[in-house]
Amino acid sequence: MAKGWKDLPIGGMILEAGNSADYNTGAWRAFRPVRDVNLCTNCMFCWVFCPDSSIRVKDDKMVGFDLFHCKGCGICANICPVKCIEMQEESKFGGVAEEKDEPGLKGGAK
Amino acid sequence: MSEFKALDGTGAVAEAMRQINPDVVAAYPITPQTAVVQTFSEFVADGLVDTEFITVESEHSAMSACVGASAAGARVMTATSSAGLAFMWEILYVAASNRLPIVMTNVNRALSAPINIHCDHSDSMGARDAGWIHLFCENAQEAYDTLIQAVRIAEHPDLFLPVMVLFDGFITSHAEERVELFDEADVKAFVGEYKPRQSLLDLANPVTYGPLDFTDYYFEHKRQQVEAMRHAPKVILEVAEEFAKKFGKKYGLFETYRLDDAEVAIVVPSSTAGTTRPVVDKLRAEGLKVGLLKPRVFRPFPAKEMTDALRHVKVVGVMDRSVSFGAMDNTGPLFLELAAAMKIHGTASPIVDFVFGLGGRDIMPTQIEGVFRDLLQIAKTGQVKELVTYLGVRE
Repeated sequence: MAKGWKDLPIGGMILEAGNSADYNTGAWRAFRPVRDVNLCTNCMFCWVFCPDSSIRVKDDKMVGFDLFHCKGCGICANICPVKCIEMQEESKFGGVAEEKDEPGLKGGAK
Repeated sequence: MSEFKALDGTGAVAEAMRQINPDVVAAYPITPQTAVVQTFSEFVADGLVDTEFITVESEHSAMSACVGASAAGARVMTATSSAGLAFMWEILYVAASNRLPIVMTNVNRALSAPINIHCDHSDSMGARDAGWIHLFCENAQEAYDTLIQAVRIAEHPDLFLPVMVLFDGFITSHAEERVELFDEADVKAFVGEYKPRQSLLDLANPVTYGPLDFTDYYFEHKRQQVEAMRHAPKVILEVAEEFAKKFGKKYGLFETYRLDDAEVAIVVPSSTAGTTRPVVDKLRAEGLKVGLLKPRVFRPFPAKEMTDALRHVKVVGVMDRSVSFGAMDNTGPLFLELAAAMKIHGTASPIVDFVFGLGGRDIMPTQIEGVFRDLLQIAKTGQVKELVTYLGVRE
């Protein structure tokens, strides 16, 4: 829960560096990227093109999305050479921020 | 030791600035304010102050430079009038919202068009919701005294709000008066050293001023501004009390004159209050119970205090030196505010408005006497024929 007016520095001042990491830009998302793990080749195109550094990578493998920051722009789905990322309506996830890869999306995004 | 000098309003304010010795002054000349910064720039050139004087290409830039300097931790002052204030509009809000305690003299002047350099209050009244504290001054002495207090008010830790010191163009700004200048050491001791909240130049504690502020935080920051405004009357009175102890002159949220037993009263700020006082005396000598309330603090508006002071008055006449076009019955802002205050704080006395002096049109004692007689007539008959009168306009 974000702080109320009594607990915030006055005048919109920011006292700590790097606080943009605390900004839940994921709340802006209308469409959520969902990956078909079986199709993904770990080519890292999505990692290169994501404007919000929201592609999580571990041991040279794409392991999912940072949904706290992903704004749902869909660039990853668009750029993916094997079309393994599908943008799905955020509302159907019922506010659950946990990401879920789906083995075998129906052919990936069109 | 204090000394007495023959000074006009601009000179009095420039002397106050010299004694305060602000870190930065950024200003652009505009009539009738020009003499403030022109005189002050001579003090800078003569080495009488340590101020960094920034000459800029516009008032928008003047206020922008003030914002930057204030965020950097400097004590900052400027001055403007009319179109200059209008050109600052955007940055007035930035100064207030970033909670920067800038002190500005605004010599009240009409807004264009047609172009006019003379006094009315449409400039500062238009800026009344920008988040600044507005202090009206009747004469050069009050302008000098108020500028000194304004520094303490603006920089109070509960406030950190910018302050506008207002007085009438030409009438006050360019008429010579006997002005008492206090001992410079006393003034410096009174204003003290500025302790900025968080300076942009404090490299050990880096901060960001003026970041993006969207749907999730902007409202909270506006609520904080409201809270600061709520604290302002108390701070203004505390500073006034300390000023009275040190310099022997009393200031409040407003001033009353022969109001205690008055049946009708005029409410008018600035130099016209001075014109009204002898009219009150004249009518009192005739046995008519008339009085005066002179607002000093317009922002924040002392709604309850003013209503309490007027509670016993049978008819209130507001004199507005500006008009709020399209507002209820095309009245003026002071009337609208006071009428609302009286309704909310429970007085049913009739209140009427007299819009006067637009573009510097003279207001004569005979006209003010006429206002009092109109008010007495309303008191007698209980009938308000005109909610607003445009006093002195040719039909």
